[in-house]
Amino acid sequence: MIEFTPRKIQSSFWAILSPIISIAITIFIGSLIFKILSYPVMESLYQVFVSPFSRPDRIADIFVKACPLIIIGLGLIFCFKANIWNIGAEGQFILGTLCAGSFALLFPETKTYTLLFSMFIIGFISGAIWASIPAILKVKLNVNEILVSLMLVYVAMLFIDFVVRGPLRDPMSFGFPLSKVYPDGAIISKVDFPFIGFLGQFHYGIFIILILCPLIWFFINKTLPGFQIKIFGSSTRASEFAGFNKNKITFYVLLVSGGLSGVAGVIEVSANMGRLQPEVSFGYGFTAIIVAFLGRLNPYGVVIAGIIIATAKLGADNAQMVLGIPKVVTGIFEGMLLFFLLAGETIQKYKISIRKDN
Amino acid sequence: MTNNFDATTFIEVKNLSKTFDQFLANDSISIDIKKGEIHALLGENGAGKSTLVKCLYGVVKPTDGQILINGKHVTINSPREARSYGIGMVFQHFSLFPALTVSENILISLDEKITKKHLEDKISITAKQWGLPIEPTKKVLDLSVGEQQRVEIIRCLLQNPKLLIMDEPTSVLSPQEINQLFKVLRKLANSGCSILYISHKLNEIKQIASKVTILRSGKVISSTSTSKISTTSMAEKMIGKKVKKITKISKNSFLNSPPAISINNLNRKKLSQFGTELKKISFNVKYGEILGIAGVAGNGQVELMNALSGETLGDPDEIIFEDKKIGNTNIKFRRSLGLEFVPEERNGHATVPEITLTENTFLTFYNTYSKNNNFLDDILLSSNMSSNDTISIINDNDVRCPYSNPLADQLSGGNLQKFIVGRSLKANPKVLIISQPTWGVDIGAASEIRSKLLLLAKAGKAIILISQDLDEIYEISNNICVINNGSLSKPKITSKISAKDIGILMGIN
Repeated sequence: MIEFTPRKIQSSFWAILSPIISIAITIFIGSLIFKILSYPVMESLYQVFVSPFSRPDRIADIFVKACPLIIIGLGLIFCFKANIWNIGAEGQFILGTLCAGSFALLFPETKTYTLLFSMFIIGFISGAIWASIPAILKVKLNVNEILVSLMLVYVAMLFIDFVVRGPLRDPMSFGFPLSKVYPDGAIISKVDFPFIGFLGQFHYGIFIILILCPLIWFFINKTLPGFQIKIFGSSTRASEFAGFNKNKITFYVLLVSGGLSGVAGVIEVSANMGRLQPEVSFGYGFTAIIVAFLGRLNPYGVVIAGIIIATAKLGADNAQMVLGIPKVVTGIFEGMLLFFLLAGETIQKYKISIRKDN
Repeated sequence: MTNNFDATTFIEVKNLSKTFDQFLANDSISIDIKKGEIHALLGENGAGKSTLVKCLYGVVKPTDGQILINGKHVTINSPREARSYGIGMVFQHFSLFPALTVSENILISLDEKITKKHLEDKISITAKQWGLPIEPTKKVLDLSVGEQQRVEIIRCLLQNPKLLIMDEPTSVLSPQEINQLFKVLRKLANSGCSILYISHKLNEIKQIASKVTILRSGKVISSTSTSKISTTSMAEKMIGKKVKKITKISKNSFLNSPPAISINNLNRKKLSQFGTELKKISFNVKYGEILGIAGVAGNGQVELMNALSGETLGDPDEIIFEDKKIGNTNIKFRRSLGLEFVPEERNGHATVPEITLTENTFLTFYNTYSKNNNFLDDILLSSNMSSNDTISIINDNDVRCPYSNPLADQLSGGNLQKFIVGRSLKANPKVLIISQPTWGVDIGAASEIRSKLLLLAKAGKAIILISQDLDEIYEISNNICVINNGSLSKPKITSKISAKDIGILMGIN
């Protein structure tokens, strides 16, 4: 029998060692899989693990890829701390993008950044409104927020598809489902580093994380509403006993999380695409759920987790492009990495001993 | 084999020890139980009673020591093996499936194969034989707690036990049911079955057991015949120090004053499927009065507590505090008026286990900290004020912490309860509504909590005490009501109502 006894003090030894072991096991089993499928083992490992760091522009691209994951993940911290399961960040991301983008396309000649600023606000509000649907249903009728938020993802996906193929389609797009290009005032430009120039797709939107992250940390840890969210999440009855308003908390965490997803969408599209298209998100809203949990619902942890996941994604992309390893195989790799990282947390939290049974 | 084997002894435990990690739960315990003897095991929470019994029933394995049954060395690896040696056990928390019938519940736990029809007959016979009336085809869902206990006892009796272990069997029973149970136990003992009776109620032990073994900190402190020891010295041996006598306040001083809080025709729906609906509850409490609400668990106590605290709301008229109608106001508002609440559940209701005491103080005090209109002051956590208050709660109430400002779940049950009661007292309430204040709390902490309540009443505050512990209600309350199936009886003066009357009001006769 294997026994798990909770550690009274978190082991700092294992805190450092467990991610290293996790990665080592992933590499080991991953190499076996590459071997069995007869791909060059060393080359494959290089592409997955090293290539994302092999050039400065590639390192910069890790942050670009991580940016939407982190911003959505930061928003999800609110929900998950409160034990409210917002699974629909993907939909809130899409709706934020769509509304802010449509707004931008109304002012085709605008060059000032007032437009971009308004788009942020519109993106936040529309993401929040999309999240308010499960919030209202939960509060008023006790409808399960997991189902509603998830189903609204598909509504949002189909809706943007319709809009881009219909009302907003660019007549000059040769039949492709694309909107017109955003006006200059709606574009987030790439960062022109002094002496270096552009680094990959690194854009100014990424800097918003530097503001959001400490702000959210402060809110969660140092303010009364943050305290209420934590208590509500760990014990509903105790939070009712304290007199916290259950419905208000449920409502606001969903609004904030939806709003931040919307903002993430605005940044992603304004920085990388510059126009609306049927696919604006590549599962960011779903991957961010993993990011939030891998980061242990801590804002700084979420930043690190976002970077890890983004690296894994880029490594997998590179392996696909260079060696033609199919997406499903690199997907296994990502899955294993996550699996072992989370398993490693168990070692940190529990002392594992094997008990002999007769 | 031992050479000095005594034929009248059924089971003998020699130098049994059990360690968990570093913690020594049982420290070389020796005890022997004669055939047909009712042997009481007395001790506070954490004294090692449960561990010892679990060793005997094969749930945990002793680290060291021997167990002899009828003079033979045995190792008991599982409850099934324990049963094969003739050891049966009735746990404090029943393991019955509410949706199944009595016979089905017994059927799934039997080691032998038997048809349901045959079993039902056997149950009826056993029930009749021992005076444990039970309907085998009834669903457990529809049984009272006392009846459920009978099912558990019959389950053991069907295996013809030589030793029956009973863990705190009377904590959920009415006085009448306790008497009934004692009759059964005596009958069993006379037939030659030994009984190991675990309890912390001294009077009961005196009444039922012939021998008592007292445990403290995992060690046997004393093992004597109950006729040779007084309840006071049992208590002192159990807690290791003198028990403080508490004195009740003079009555009648509040008789002519207007009520502090009055409840008028309060109705509430049941909270859950297995909950109880509150029906037209009315009573009032005056300043200086302690009103005890007795009743067997699950008769609406939780619903009543929630209604009084404002966690479930109703019409404004249902609750009137001084002259304010507050039946529809939330708990935060009621606190601001000077009401305080101590719910039954310590962990996850009165406190959050995984946060510190300071934060738990903040939980019910934040309202008083943010009275100024400065937005920032209102929104930021005022940890200074709550940590000062926490320190004074800890000091005033003798809350023993492993280190300063621990997490709530690092305190023992008794200390956490002292903290929770202390927190309510710190708020200087006009009315305190407190549910099961000493449930699962050791005797030392319990008497401290009770004397705090008496002091509060003496200071002219009103207290509503909801408790299953009849001794406690008799000890400190001025008037007694009984809650039964969601209805409340009229209050009676404590000295004018007997335990038997209370039992009748509990709906059992």
